[in-house]
Amino acid sequence: MKDFLQIIFTTQFGYSVLRVTTPILFAALAALVSDRAGVINIALEGIMLITALTGVLFSTWFHSAWLGLLMAVIMGTLTGMLLGYFHLKLKTNVILAAVALNLLASGGTIFVLYLIAGDKGISSSLASLTLPKITIPLLDKIPVLGPILSGHNVLTYFALLSVFLMHYFIYKTPMGMRIRAVGENPEAADSVGIGVKKTQFIALAMSGMIASFGGAYMSMGYVSWFSRDMTAGRGFIALAAEAMGGATPIGSFLASLLFGFFDALSNSLQLLRVPAEFVQMIPYVATVVGLVLYTAAKRNQYQRMLIKIGRQLEPEK
Amino acid sequence: MKNRKLAFESLRSVLAIAISLAIALVTILLVSDMPGTALKAFLFGPLDSMRHFGNVLEMMIPLIFTGLAVSIMFSAAQFNLGAEGAFFMGAVVSSFVAVQWTLPVVIHPIVSILIGGLTGAVFCGIPALLKVKWGASELVSSLMFNYIAFFFGLYLINYFLRDPNAGAMVSFKLLASAKLPYIIPKTRVHFGIIIAALTIVVMYFFVYRTRWGYKTLLTGLNSQFAKYAGIKTAVVVISAQVIGGFIAGAGGSIELLGLYRRFSWQQLPGYGWSGVIVAILARRNPAYVPLAAFFLAYLRIGADLMSRQSDVQNEIVAIIQGVMIVLIAAAGFLEKAQYRMVFRDATRDLTNVGNTAREVGG
Repeated sequence: MKDFLQIIFTTQFGYSVLRVTTPILFAALAALVSDRAGVINIALEGIMLITALTGVLFSTWFHSAWLGLLMAVIMGTLTGMLLGYFHLKLKTNVILAAVALNLLASGGTIFVLYLIAGDKGISSSLASLTLPKITIPLLDKIPVLGPILSGHNVLTYFALLSVFLMHYFIYKTPMGMRIRAVGENPEAADSVGIGVKKTQFIALAMSGMIASFGGAYMSMGYVSWFSRDMTAGRGFIALAAEAMGGATPIGSFLASLLFGFFDALSNSLQLLRVPAEFVQMIPYVATVVGLVLYTAAKRNQYQRMLIKIGRQLEPEK
Repeated sequence: MKNRKLAFESLRSVLAIAISLAIALVTILLVSDMPGTALKAFLFGPLDSMRHFGNVLEMMIPLIFTGLAVSIMFSAAQFNLGAEGAFFMGAVVSSFVAVQWTLPVVIHPIVSILIGGLTGAVFCGIPALLKVKWGASELVSSLMFNYIAFFFGLYLINYFLRDPNAGAMVSFKLLASAKLPYIIPKTRVHFGIIIAALTIVVMYFFVYRTRWGYKTLLTGLNSQFAKYAGIKTAVVVISAQVIGGFIAGAGGSIELLGLYRRFSWQQLPGYGWSGVIVAILARRNPAYVPLAAFFLAYLRIGADLMSRQSDVQNEIVAIIQGVMIVLIAAAGFLEKAQYRMVFRDATRDLTNVGNTAREVGG
């Protein structure tokens, strides 16, 4: 127990929580924007995988991490649009289309990796680049907070910034409002002249774009290579984080942080004598528990509200 | 009319398959230095020897089980993607029975498979229960349960069943009494294929010939309507997923007892996801599951042979699968042609009716 506390109350642990939260947070925000438009996007896993590879390849070819990131973002947006095309134009069930996309991404990235790097497992033969880490002046001098908050990858800060950008976008801009309107009541939105399919298409493209930052972070920040199936379910965890966060940007951020905490914990606990498999299970179990607690609470709240309305409607005696 | 609709659906499936194969062939031509060899191995490799064709049949077996499992869950409109974890856990738990229990020859595999199936039922049943009881999305929680099953299963094997004398992380040897026998000489096609055939018949009968199966289909089509019709949809929905989990778990167990000497999986085998492909190809109808499973197994064995004999990697199958699924599941694919067909039929019918009326009247 003492060892356990020693692990948690260190600045390295705080640093690593933010480090592992980053990809989940991007994916959770990506899940949010499509979910708010009424489309569940379970292709995040595949999109992150594709963009992680794209980032590695183009950063190698262009000798620039930033161009690698740019290409990854373009690729992610295109993939989101592809999903939108299949779902909205060809009327494929969006879950099945996403399953197809995930399978395609898992095998397709290995296929491409082998073609280019000559290896089916890892891209270490390519001289890919990573995005820079940023030391924040002044902040890094502060004890405790400095080592936790400073010196992260540039995308980690962008992820944190994205929470507020997303909050602003979804609640304050016309497009955000259209997305929410379409998600809450497509018929009503349609009746006031909002193009439902067009809005959902834009939301899916945005979802792909945001997820691609998470993918690029995986291979150009979290580690400096691409390896097969490296996203390891983060795209799925993000769906749970978004649901648990009540489909709000701030809520999704807090839920992502919670999963990041458990993910970091599982990395650290491997140092102790806890069976590794057991520890690796923690984030997923925590996700299920969190999801159930959240939905159960929401359902209770809803029922209490119904009872309250019922009482108010009762005639006075 | 119904026949024409079926014919049209089949035509669409065939076209989807043709398009995805064409994309794969073009890809092979583009990336390979020896496209001739590659194509030959890919398309005809599985037919060139009894052993290779046997490989196709043996790969069909797990695909049939997970295909049936996903079909029944999707029939109830439950997007439970937990067949992957159920398959894995079924194999894990049944390896305990196969290693540690001493039972007579025929009884041993039966007990082992049943217990594997029950484990699978639990793993697909929990997300179902969480959905019905608390409203937690079965899609998300079943995805999480796949990972839980994976790590928990590895934990069980590595801490309780690991053979310290074997070099790798594998279990003790499965007892001979628990193994399923090979039934076709010169191949590794095992008794599991007969169990698979029986399961197909049972599931077809269950879905299309029993009240419970009908309730499941109705709930899947329109759960509100089913509820008003007096069907206990919660029970139906849970039972579909428990049955699906059972089949997937039993499938994992059968795969293990048929083909392996020890439990040796270090990754999720992916058959649960393949089950989704099979279920979509078969349009959730158990009768078409063996066809779909055969097709997918043929593709994969062909691709394996191609990657061994040429410079094209077997992951090309991923491309075919992806394109195939989206096109087959796409209601809008060839929609215009379908409308035209319906329109033509309707006009013809009306003209006929008009002509008859005129003849009768005149």
